[in-house]
Amino acid sequence: MIMEHIQFIAPEISLLCFALLIVLLDLFITQKRVLPVLSVIGAIVAATFIIVIWNTPPVGLFDKMISIDPFGLFFKLLILAATVLVILASHNYVLKFNKFQGEYYALLMLSAVGLMLLVSAINLITIYVALELSSISLYALVSFLKDKKSSEAGLKYLILGGVASAILLYGMAFIFGLTGNTCLTCIAEYVRGMPFKDLQEVPALMIGLVLIIAGFGFKIASVPFQMWVPDVYEGAPTTITAYLSVASKAAGFGVIARVLMTVFGLPVWLHNDWAMIIAVLAAITMTVGNLVAIVQTNIKRLFGYSSIAQAGYMMVGLAAMGLTMGTKENVTGGLIFFLLSYTLTNLGAFIAIIAISNKINSDEIEDYNGMIKRSPLLALGLTICLISLAGLPPTAGLIAKIYIFSGAVNMGLAWLVVIAVINSVISAYYYFKIAKAMWLGTPVTEEKVDASWPEWLALAACVVGVLALGVVPGLFMNLTTAAVRIFGI
Amino acid sequence: MPEITYSITFYLMAAIAVAAALGVIILRDVFRAALSLILLFMTVAGIYLLLHADFLAIVQILIYVGAISVLIIVAIMLTRDARQGQPLGKIKWVAGIVALALIGVIAWGVINTAFYLSSTPPLEETVKPLGNLLFGNPGYMLTSEIAAVLLLSAILGAIAVIREK
Repeated sequence: MIMEHIQFIAPEISLLCFALLIVLLDLFITQKRVLPVLSVIGAIVAATFIIVIWNTPPVGLFDKMISIDPFGLFFKLLILAATVLVILASHNYVLKFNKFQGEYYALLMLSAVGLMLLVSAINLITIYVALELSSISLYALVSFLKDKKSSEAGLKYLILGGVASAILLYGMAFIFGLTGNTCLTCIAEYVRGMPFKDLQEVPALMIGLVLIIAGFGFKIASVPFQMWVPDVYEGAPTTITAYLSVASKAAGFGVIARVLMTVFGLPVWLHNDWAMIIAVLAAITMTVGNLVAIVQTNIKRLFGYSSIAQAGYMMVGLAAMGLTMGTKENVTGGLIFFLLSYTLTNLGAFIAIIAISNKINSDEIEDYNGMIKRSPLLALGLTICLISLAGLPPTAGLIAKIYIFSGAVNMGLAWLVVIAVINSVISAYYYFKIAKAMWLGTPVTEEKVDASWPEWLALAACVVGVLALGVVPGLFMNLTTAAVRIFGI
Repeated sequence: MPEITYSITFYLMAAIAVAAALGVIILRDVFRAALSLILLFMTVAGIYLLLHADFLAIVQILIYVGAISVLIIVAIMLTRDARQGQPLGKIKWVAGIVALALIGVIAWGVINTAFYLSSTPPLEETVKPLGNLLFGNPGYMLTSEIAAVLLLSAILGAIAVIREK
């Protein structure tokens, strides 16, 4: 029975094996350039395993611990893609910690293993352990530079992450105490059988729900659990900032969507309640993120607040998803498509930033002045990603926003969409502030800025993806609808 | 154990646990706060015993009292400047109000909810079934394995973070 199940977690196992191989090889070899090659191969092998099992009907494995379904598999592919791109972008960056490249790549891959398990977990215990696996690796990676800012960022992330974990566990304890179960579908069954008409009649469920949203809210950086973002994003190695802002956030949305939809999906009053909580949080999140981003002068901090604002848009999709439960509508594709587009766009922007900051040793926006003269291609790539983040044609960002907002309007969240559109306009201001500096500013020096070939490859992949999603979104819609058709068992 | 002794023991343990927890945050001397934390761990172990979770109680004492507390105390001894905790200042009142509100909401929730009660009697022998559950299938085998990977990543992370620059 175990052996039959093993094939379904082959992606995670293979990635883990490659991570171990890297740690071991790191001891013996002096040519460290082998390590990133191995990590990329590991991720590709894992992705191949995922594609092989893509068409199997959804199954719950290991006594309903994790589930194999298109939803989880889609997120796993997304996480692997982000991991590969971050590894490629690290090509020059890792020279900053020469001797410890092995640990760097291994921790990155272990964190990816944790995130992959997280998005397919269907048991509160598995969710918690997988979440901790990814977080512990990330705590270490954030403080990897060992300078003052990086250590401070790591410590802040560790302490606040610990608090968030405790809050999440407390919420889970309430749910377990109420239902006597940790498996999500068993809890859902119990909740559906309850003879109540209102959340206030079952306070433990309400407290559990709020605490769980708070715990995951930390992971996806929703206001008011966003206070760690600016400092951690600024202090962490830029490659890890990129990873945090996409992979960790995408997995956070994957798990929160699964938990809310499975456990709290029905009866109707229950999902109406949490959808409203999410909708209000979404409005606050994007407004706070965008307004504070305007005054930032450090590009990493700016992208920190920008990622908070983007999380707000994604929560619009999440709220709409909640309202569709029990109806014939299906707006889930919006969130999935947005995550895909956001991952490519944000990674593309970060790869350009990594390449530039490696050369100019600065993260201040004013040092990006006239970048178009110093490196036309990097500046162009970054500009395309900025256009996509602002949500303008012909990029993925526009389609993603239309997709997510039209779904929300259909579900009666027009007020939220109005706020979101106003926010998009505000965000265009600071995204174009960077673009303006690069295109119209006068450069401090004429010295050229160049990137290594893996960085070019990663940036090209992201930019092509962003444009392809924007010009021919139909190709990818099928993928995203396939991913949401089935929510596991 | 008769009902009344059971209740008295439980409330006694609970009261000591709350007092010890308060001590951890109120005591200014970090060393005394650590000792108060040890007391808290012990009373929690006592509550586990009352719940027939004898193995968990032993593990709680071995790991929390035995290992973690010692680690905390060694860390305090190594950092000589940190003997006095940071005073909370003005934020103290805000934090206090938020904490009280949270206690109020949670108490209201606990009192007004009909929690799930298991009808199965507590196990006489706990270690063997626990082992089977942790490493068996069906059971928590996968989760135990993930926890093992978690430890590995913690070790790797620690090595990377404490390296010579």
